[in-house]
Amino acid sequence: MGKTLFDKVWDSHVVKNIENGPDVLFIDRHLVHEVTSPVAFLGLKNRNIPVLYPNRTFATADHNTPTINQHLPVKDELSANQLKALEKNAGEHGIPYWGLGHEKNGIVHVIGPENGITVPGATIVCGDSHTSTHGAFGAIAFGIGTSEVEMVLASQCIMQPKPKKMRINIEGELSTAVTPKDVALFIISKLTTSGATGYFVEYAGSVFREMSMEGRMTVCNLSIEMGARGGMIAPDEKTFEYVKGREFAPKGTDWDKAMAYWETLYTEDDATFDKELTFAASEIEPMITYGTNPGMGFGISNSIPTAEQIDGAKATFAKSLAYMEFNEGDSMIGKPIDFVFLGSCTNGRIEDFRAFASIIKGRKKADNVTAWLVPGSHKVEAAIKEEGILDILQEAGFELREPGCSACLAMNDDKVPAGKYAVSTSNRNFEGRQGPGSRTLLASPLVAAAAAVTGKVTDPRELMQLQEA
Amino acid sequence: MAYDKFEVLTSTAVPLPIENVDTDQIIPARFLKATERKGFGDNLFRDWRYNNDGTPKESFVLNNAQYGGKILVGGKNFGSGSSREHAAWAVYDYGFRCVVSSFFADIFRNNCLNVGVLPVQVSPEFLEKIFRAIEKNPHTELKVDLPSQTITLSETGESESFDINEYKKGNLLNGFDDIDYLLNLKEDIKEFASSRPI
Repeated sequence: MGKTLFDKVWDSHVVKNIENGPDVLFIDRHLVHEVTSPVAFLGLKNRNIPVLYPNRTFATADHNTPTINQHLPVKDELSANQLKALEKNAGEHGIPYWGLGHEKNGIVHVIGPENGITVPGATIVCGDSHTSTHGAFGAIAFGIGTSEVEMVLASQCIMQPKPKKMRINIEGELSTAVTPKDVALFIISKLTTSGATGYFVEYAGSVFREMSMEGRMTVCNLSIEMGARGGMIAPDEKTFEYVKGREFAPKGTDWDKAMAYWETLYTEDDATFDKELTFAASEIEPMITYGTNPGMGFGISNSIPTAEQIDGAKATFAKSLAYMEFNEGDSMIGKPIDFVFLGSCTNGRIEDFRAFASIIKGRKKADNVTAWLVPGSHKVEAAIKEEGILDILQEAGFELREPGCSACLAMNDDKVPAGKYAVSTSNRNFEGRQGPGSRTLLASPLVAAAAAVTGKVTDPRELMQLQEA
Repeated sequence: MAYDKFEVLTSTAVPLPIENVDTDQIIPARFLKATERKGFGDNLFRDWRYNNDGTPKESFVLNNAQYGGKILVGGKNFGSGSSREHAAWAVYDYGFRCVVSSFFADIFRNNCLNVGVLPVQVSPEFLEKIFRAIEKNPHTELKVDLPSQTITLSETGESESFDINEYKKGNLLNGFDDIDYLLNLKEDIKEFASSRPI
């Protein structure tokens, strides 16, 4: 029987298989940030052991950093302390550290691909669940806990049972204003937040083949939101073209050797999956969420279902709507909003800013909206300026902030106040995710832009028609 | 980090019959700024447990003196979302040694096993039985027996077996951790690494 893409990459990284136990899996590249690493470094210190392969580890500051005035000392004492700890730990162990202000600084899942750290066929981990992003390149990439961060630092391995395999096929052409974010939110709404738990997902079909690398990253990024360990897409010419020439990508004869391997990374025709799902691209509309987990989403023109219409526990559903102050049967279109957040490892890349700009161009930010536009990295920030997008944003009354995770998890000052509604391009709408008491509607950059200029939930297709007219 | 060995735990339990409890609820992100592992139990379920002014929310189960014990019983899909191990630390530091649910998110389950909290997955029917028993009598005891991989409602003797892989079971029974295992494999790992391009 043929192997899947996932089998090929996983099996080639198994150092040892423990009977009735996990595999010892070799990790090619390890990304480290300030929040989930300090206790791991402390563990190394207590055991008096070094980092085994500092050159396979890369550190950046992103989760707990301000997105304005990054040239000034960080005011929050605990945050400053955490940043100092990472700088010190990286320095002591000889790990490259791209701290605040560094030209390569940015969100860990944006800078990995940007700098060629992310390559096909690699195993990549990070103490962050959205590490699944890197699967867009045909890598096995997933989030780990701090104990596992310590394991990888100490031994370049983790111990995990091999997950089951799922393939999600989407064929056809996406409709107007349907972005990769909508594709992912659609899948999650069908599977629920636990529908892929225990599985590693491969995305296949014409929709993903046609998608840009940025789009593929958005889709793989959200794999964890349906419970999957990770998601991946077979590498192709687009992938190789993206990786080629980036700083940490293989060069010269190493490149040729790597390419010879990468071209074998696809699922064979007779390979089988534990679960296989197929959807039609035409089913997908621009999406929005109405509840307190990413599975509670639907096409933007829909109304909130009734407790009878949903599968899960009624009490949990009622708790969720009560938190959002929404009612069963409410239409989402027209709901007033207070904040818009464009950014995060899900939608903080250049393509997302292009999409946002395409809607707001020639319009004005609504007065009732506070907008936080946060590039995923300094490189994204530079591209925004070079492409003239910054001018479009500024003419419409928006400001651009400095890179970081920002309001996605609101560890820094970018917190949505209690009771306020945010249309957010990030990945989680959990209670209090964007600040204590905040209410999040997850959506694409197009839907976020439409909300930013109208001050309410608006179908971006309406604004696009006006532009064409 | 070392943790106490786990063998047989008999305890009352705290019921949280809510589905999809995510790790942002277990420990909100603003409490992840520490550089050491201590004090996380104080902020376990912070925003469900306390009002904005820091006073306890009386309706939340951890503030209800009727309920207590070393076992937390949660609804389906417990621990979804962020990979923050701080969530498992908070559960442990608060005093729980076992979490029971009908379904766990992967990363949270792994994190629990790595810090000495036993995740016990039971059938939806048995979970419902546990919730009903605790509702009827908050002093209901559960017996979680790791060597025999069973969970029992002490009062009625109703029991169910649960899965755990042999390796992780051995770790919990002996208080071992993965790093000691991996350090002993170092030479194999180095040999393997020499064939992997950086």
